[in-house]
Amino acid sequence: MNVIVRLPSQLRSLVGGAGEVPVEAATVRDAINAVDAAYPGIAFRVLDDRGALRRFVNVFVADEDVRFLNGLDTVLESGQTVSLVPAVAGG
Amino acid sequence: MDVVDSSNLQRQILHNLDRVGMRKVDSARLTLEAMNPDLKVLTYDTRLGADNILDIIDGYDVIVDGTDNFPTRYLVNDAALLKNIPVVHGSIFRFEGQITVFNPYVGPCYRCMIPEPPPAELAPSCAEAGVLGVLPGIVGSIQAIETIKLILELGDPLVGRLLTYDALDQSFRTFKVRRDPTCPACGEDAPPIVIAEYDDLCMPHPVGV
Repeated sequence: MNVIVRLPSQLRSLVGGAGEVPVEAATVRDAINAVDAAYPGIAFRVLDDRGALRRFVNVFVADEDVRFLNGLDTVLESGQTVSLVPAVAGG
Repeated sequence: MDVVDSSNLQRQILHNLDRVGMRKVDSARLTLEAMNPDLKVLTYDTRLGADNILDIIDGYDVIVDGTDNFPTRYLVNDAALLKNIPVVHGSIFRFEGQITVFNPYVGPCYRCMIPEPPPAELAPSCAEAGVLGVLPGIVGSIQAIETIKLILELGDPLVGRLLTYDALDQSFRTFKVRRDPTCPACGEDAPPIVIAEYDDLCMPHPVGV
């Protein structure tokens, strides 16, 4: 599936400044790994050392939180957007 | 506690150069009362902590959270759950902001949305990363709208929705945030909330500690 991965500003330096990276992926995990394959370092910021989603990063497919779908195994449809939204605390 | 510094002025618009060195609570009060003398401004010139938060928030209808660190945000969340007061959340980082409303036991709480804070090495502070000066004004204005809506029971507050603002591509997006039935603070089997100072993991403290 052709999908778009949207990155927060704090991760954009890892991909040369782009806010969106188009990838070919069947699941959310595939999409994250596909971005990481092109721009190493993204997966480390989103996944822990066991490959699970870090607890302070919310990942949305369209506008749904994947924790309430099928997690990293959530299946993607062509044209969907995967948004990586880490917690921020500045005020 | 906190005093006005010239480096604050590009984003903290209640202050000005003449007030550098003045206590922020006093400077804020001066500006607000100059705009509307009928306002009743109560100030608390202290660090919000486990020892004082329940007394400080007692009796208020809404909490507007513009704090600048994770432990204080978890503290505000837990105290607001205990007192059953909605929290209008706004947080910023560099070029982006996040706004939502936590309505205790009706919608998700902060811990439902962010079960654990990032470790320090993955979460540079604003002092390290900086914040675009106009960003707090945008996020703060949206928080003000949500606060007015809650008080007047107008429209649909951002309960269960996370509104994100990206200044670089000038876009707003809305995502669904759900209540987590296993949330350690507001979940179905959550133990009674105990207000305590949080460590770096910000986890709720077991009863009796």
